[in-house]
Parts: sequence; C-alpha cells; structure tokens
Amino acid sequence: MADHYYAPEHLKGFATIAEGSPELAKKFFDYYGAVFAPGALTEREKALIALAVAHTVQCPYCIDAYTTESLQKGADLEQMTEAVHVACAIRGGASLVHGMQMKGHAEKAGM
Amino acid sequence: MTETLQSRRVPLAHPERQLALLDDLPGDADFEAALARAGWSSLTPAPLEIFQINLGKLCNMTCRHCHVDAGPDRTDAMMSRQTIEACLSALDRTTAHTVDLTGGAPEIHPHFKYVVDEAVKRGKHVIDRCNLSVLLMQRNAGLAEWLGERGVEIVASLPHYRKRNTDAQRGDGAFDKSIEALRLLNAAGYGKGDPRRMLSLMMNPAGAFLAPSQGSIEKEWHTALARDFGITFDRLLALNNMPISRFLEWLVESGNLQSYMERLTSGFNPNAIAGLMCRNTISISWDGRLFDCDFNQMLDLDALPESPMTVHDFDFERWQARRVVTRRHCFGCTAGAGSSCGGATA
Repeated sequence: MADHYYAPEHLKGFATIAEGSPELAKKFFDYYGAVFAPGALTEREKALIALAVAHTVQCPYCIDAYTTESLQKGADLEQMTEAVHVACAIRGGASLVHGMQMKGHAEKAGM
Repeated sequence: MTETLQSRRVPLAHPERQLALLDDLPGDADFEAALARAGWSSLTPAPLEIFQINLGKLCNMTCRHCHVDAGPDRTDAMMSRQTIEACLSALDRTTAHTVDLTGGAPEIHPHFKYVVDEAVKRGKHVIDRCNLSVLLMQRNAGLAEWLGERGVEIVASLPHYRKRNTDAQRGDGAFDKSIEALRLLNAAGYGKGDPRRMLSLMMNPAGAFLAPSQGSIEKEWHTALARDFGITFDRLLALNNMPISRFLEWLVESGNLQSYMERLTSGFNPNAIAGLMCRNTISISWDGRLFDCDFNQMLDLDALPESPMTVHDFDFERWQARRVVTRRHCFGCTAGAGSSCGGATA
C-alpha cells in the first residue's frame, strides 16, 4: 500500500485498473477514447474543456495529463490559464448563485 | 543569456556524452526493436530527394533548444569553398530535386549566395532555413528580394505566434525581430501564395512535450498572425524537439529528461516511419562528412555505407545501398505525428 496519496506513477499505470474488471475497464476506456476523438469539437477544444474540468474536480492526475495534452494540441499558457479561469468563474459563480437560495429564504423568513 | 555548450566547455558539448546519457536512461527504448515490431527489419533509404548542406555552426542567435550548438562563437565550424565545390559535384551525381541549406545561420556564410546561385542554375528547388533575425543584419539588407528573385523557399523558425513562447526559447527580443523580418519577407512578395516565393513557418514546442499536429493549428496561426501583425505565410510545419545538444542540457537541468524520453517512446507512431527524412535525405556537414540526417550529424553518427566515404569521394550507388544509422534519439522523429525538416511525416 502506498504511504501517500496521489503517487505520480499511478497515472502511468492507470491501464492496470483493468485487472479487477477487464470488461468494465474496456467499456470505460473505449468510451473515453471515443469522447476525446475529434468530432464536432476539435481535440484541442476537448483537451481545454478537460483541463478546466480537471481543476473543478481537483484531480492532480487529470491536471498533469491535460496540461500536457493541451500543450501537445497547440494550446499555450495564455489559453490554458483562460480555461482554468472559466472553471474558476463557474465554480465561484455556482456558489454565488446559490446566494439566491439564501436570499429568497432570508426574505421569506424576515419581515 | 544562452551560451554555446562548446564555449562553456561542458561535458555535454561532446556528442559521445549525449549519446551515453540517452543510452543510460532506464526503460525499454530500443529504436531498432520498435522498428522491427512495426515490420521494418532495417531502415533502408527511399529515393533521394533532399540534398541538405549544413554550411556551418556560426549563427547570430543562441537559442536554448538548438540541436546544432550553434552561436556567434562557432567560427570553428564553417564549410570551405573546396568542400562546397565537392558538394555541388556530388549533387550532380544524385537524383535530389531540392537543395536544403542549413546551419547555423546559412545566410552569414561567406559563400551562401554562391551555393544558392549554383543550385538554382542546376534547376534545383532551394530551401533557406532561416532564423528570421539574420535578415535584419545590415549586411543582409536586400537579401529577401535577392532570394525571391531566385525562387528560394524560406523555411523560417517561429516557435509560436505569441511573444512569450518564442522569447523563452530564442531569447528576449527574438519575437519582435521575427515579426519585423516576416514583414520584410511579405514586402518582398513572400508568403502570398506565389510558388516562387514560398514562406513556410516551422514551429516547435517551447518545452518537454510533442509538437501538435500541424494541420490542426495551421488555420489558427494564419488567423492570429494576420489579425495581430498583418503577416501572411504559405504553410506551417511542426517539428518535435530532439533530445540532443542544448535541448538535452535543458531537459537534464529542468528534470524533464526521463519523462520526455518516455513521451517520445510511448508516442512511437509506425505510420511516421516511411516518411522519415533520413530515408530521402543526404546530410552533409561543414567538413564534408555524410550523415543520414542533421541530428545524426550533430551526434557524430556518420552514415555507414559499405565502405567509408565523404562528399569528396561520393558514390551515389553506394550511398543508396546503405542502412540508416539509428539510436535512441530517433524516437524524436517517430513520436506523435512524426517529425522532420519537412514537418510531420505521418
């Protein structure tokens, strides 16, 4: 057992997750590959979305992987930073818009 | 400020130290075995198309990623007129349709214009591998027009269409100079769709990652350079950084060497093999030695025809019968979309 969480080698060994359930792993990785193939969105656009989501779900593996992937799809630091700000804005905005719940409740409860 | 490995007298200035460093990395990175798994029992030449002459290592710039270890101090490595004559004589014995002039900065070689004129006279397509800033040197005033009059294609290095990545790799101020030189080339008729004034941009990643697929970013580059600077060009080429010379030193110092080599080896793309430049190119060094490519040249990995030869006793049949010399760095040309002096190969 690892003596710490988030070991960098986990990312390289991700495919071995199939050992516990090859069928489910195959379904997942096939789906995953299809999701990131070029479609109505380009590979770069998908990589930048993934990078932003990685920051939202705070997954260090995904942040490493999609930083590299975004760079390799031709994105640069400015574009990647803007993508992270999009995640940040939605995350912050999501908190703030819940303030409407607070506000409505407060207005109902108050005089 | 970057200085050449040679001027700093560091161990990595020696090709054998570079090769040993790559060979000693852990992991399964046997290029010949990877070729064999892809069905290539040996890497054999294709018909010769490109006659690449490296005129020398003298350059007005000292970029951090330079695979040549070129710089302003490299007056030690300059092709002589006698070797140039031998190159032209060898050229006449080949099927090559293109003469590719590289360096260093080939334009500052004293016989650059002579080589261009001689190649043009022979009806060859001529490529000038240009760092852009060299065109701003006073001695090169009018050079863009001169090259245009001879139909010379310019392949210009530009890591990115924004300042940050370009200056990070080529030095502070390099981007502004590049833009000024590109405007000068546009003014000379380059980059406007005229096949006799072709302007190709060559990008390479500013870091330890693979080049993007050139097709996927070309439109964006056209749009961005036109929008931000009013610059046009004809095509974009993408090149992976080769883990040798000054880029190798940067990989070591930044702690990226192991992961970069893993990226190159895991990115091995069998579809990139057939188009590898070592198959259709002859690379000649400033001192007349023959190589399968410019990267092997910088590693002192001389080509191995059945019996040794130089450009002075060049024999085309023996050249075409050789096997290409490969080592671990070759994964740099087969990774991702493939990589060569002509861009992607897959």
